Amino acid sequence: MAGYALYLGCTVPVRGMNYEMAARKVAHRLGIQLTDVDGFSCCGFPAKPLDWKAGLLMAVRNLALAEAQGLDVLALCSACTGTLTEADYRLKGDPELRAWANERLADLGRTYNGTVRVRHFARVLYEEVGIEALREKITVSLGDFGFAQHYGCHYLKPSHLYDGFDDPENPQSLARLIEVTGARVVPYEDEGQCCGGGILGFDEETALSVTKQKLDHVAAVGADAMVLICPFCAIMYEANQRRVESLYATSYKLPVLYYPQILGLAMGFSPQEMGFKLNRVKPRGLMAAFRAESEGG
Amino acid sequence: MGCTMDDDNEVIIDVSTFDPHFRDEIAKEPGGEHIRRCFSCGTCTAGCPVGGVTEKYNPRRIIHMALLGMREQVLTSEFVWLCSVCYTCYERCPQDVRIPELMNAVRNIAVREGHVPRTFHLQLEKLRAHGRLYEIEDYENARRAEYDLPPIHEETAEVCQILDAMSAREKK
Repeated sequence: MAGYALYLGCTVPVRGMNYEMAARKVAHRLGIQLTDVDGFSCCGFPAKPLDWKAGLLMAVRNLALAEAQGLDVLALCSACTGTLTEADYRLKGDPELRAWANERLADLGRTYNGTVRVRHFARVLYEEVGIEALREKITVSLGDFGFAQHYGCHYLKPSHLYDGFDDPENPQSLARLIEVTGARVVPYEDEGQCCGGGILGFDEETALSVTKQKLDHVAAVGADAMVLICPFCAIMYEANQRRVESLYATSYKLPVLYYPQILGLAMGFSPQEMGFKLNRVKPRGLMAAFRAESEGG
Repeated sequence: MGCTMDDDNEVIIDVSTFDPHFRDEIAKEPGGEHIRRCFSCGTCTAGCPVGGVTEKYNPRRIIHMALLGMREQVLTSEFVWLCSVCYTCYERCPQDVRIPELMNAVRNIAVREGHVPRTFHLQLEKLRAHGRLYEIEDYENARRAEYDLPPIHEETAEVCQILDAMSAREKK
């Protein structure tokens, strides 16, 4: 399995350490070598609305750092994945823009030749490791549990950036990844809906009313947890869950888990190793089952 | 939304204030190239997660206003900042108008005219100070160490250089 530069972005290393812990351990066990590259900054996503060229340069600078190490990029955040992939895609299709970007990068002593592939961790698990190879690593079935999947937006869209590896209107990859752990995928209304995170800073009330819709839809089907793959989606559904509860005088107590956390459990890691201490809403049933497992074993 | 006599002054549009070149200005801005393809079918609005919860955001309406030439109203509006950039409409638009990129093009024009929402000023300050939206200094690295995660060093000099060049472009 090829090695990757681990691109953490802004949110994961501070507010999604459980995601990072689980991803690192699972990747290591699967033989995916992750390298930390000094000098990575924000991907550029927040700069694009102000000046697309500044956003592009921030993205390309990060790609140049990975390229200098001869590594492809593996990202945990879907918005980072989208921003870095878009920058690479634009430069590949526009020699003039690429020349312009390299002139600016030269001021920073850097250059980008377009040799880096950008991949989301979930896509690497689905496409490069593959479901059958994952199945061989599963030692504990999560068959007693049902999860509501949330793909988020930037993992799949805009689809021209992602070579059609999954269908943006009817995606399958996360469902297959959840099922390989033995768990059920619990369907719910409007699964493709956005978390609202893109407008949280601008209009919190509107953002949280988008968030509320999905929390309502998932609560209605009684899933044990929501399973997702983007730190900003987790901020909306987990970190802001109590805020939504108080704004709308309701109660969800819905655990929100990062996919590598459940994959790790199924591969025999403990809840502690998978960072469950940092999940605000505890998946009590799941954690109790694993305590029983370790006591019984 | 019905119109009564009382709100006529707010609802009636005065075409003499329109800028017929606004559509061309947007079409020249990267991301806005396809604005003239829009035939106002409303597919974007029908599937919009933000439009689903508030009347404040309606992509078909904004594009139509832009095509009519309502430059001032569009650039000073709050609504162009309400696109959550989820790309649902991007995938579904039968005319490939690329609406999130179009909204971004309009935002870039608005910013050059000085219309920057407060939240973006705050984010820029963070990027300049830390090279990222959430700082990682000693406290954060100590927390990371508790979970056996490696320290992260903030990179600010090169990010500031990129952002300074952006500010210089804005002032032009």
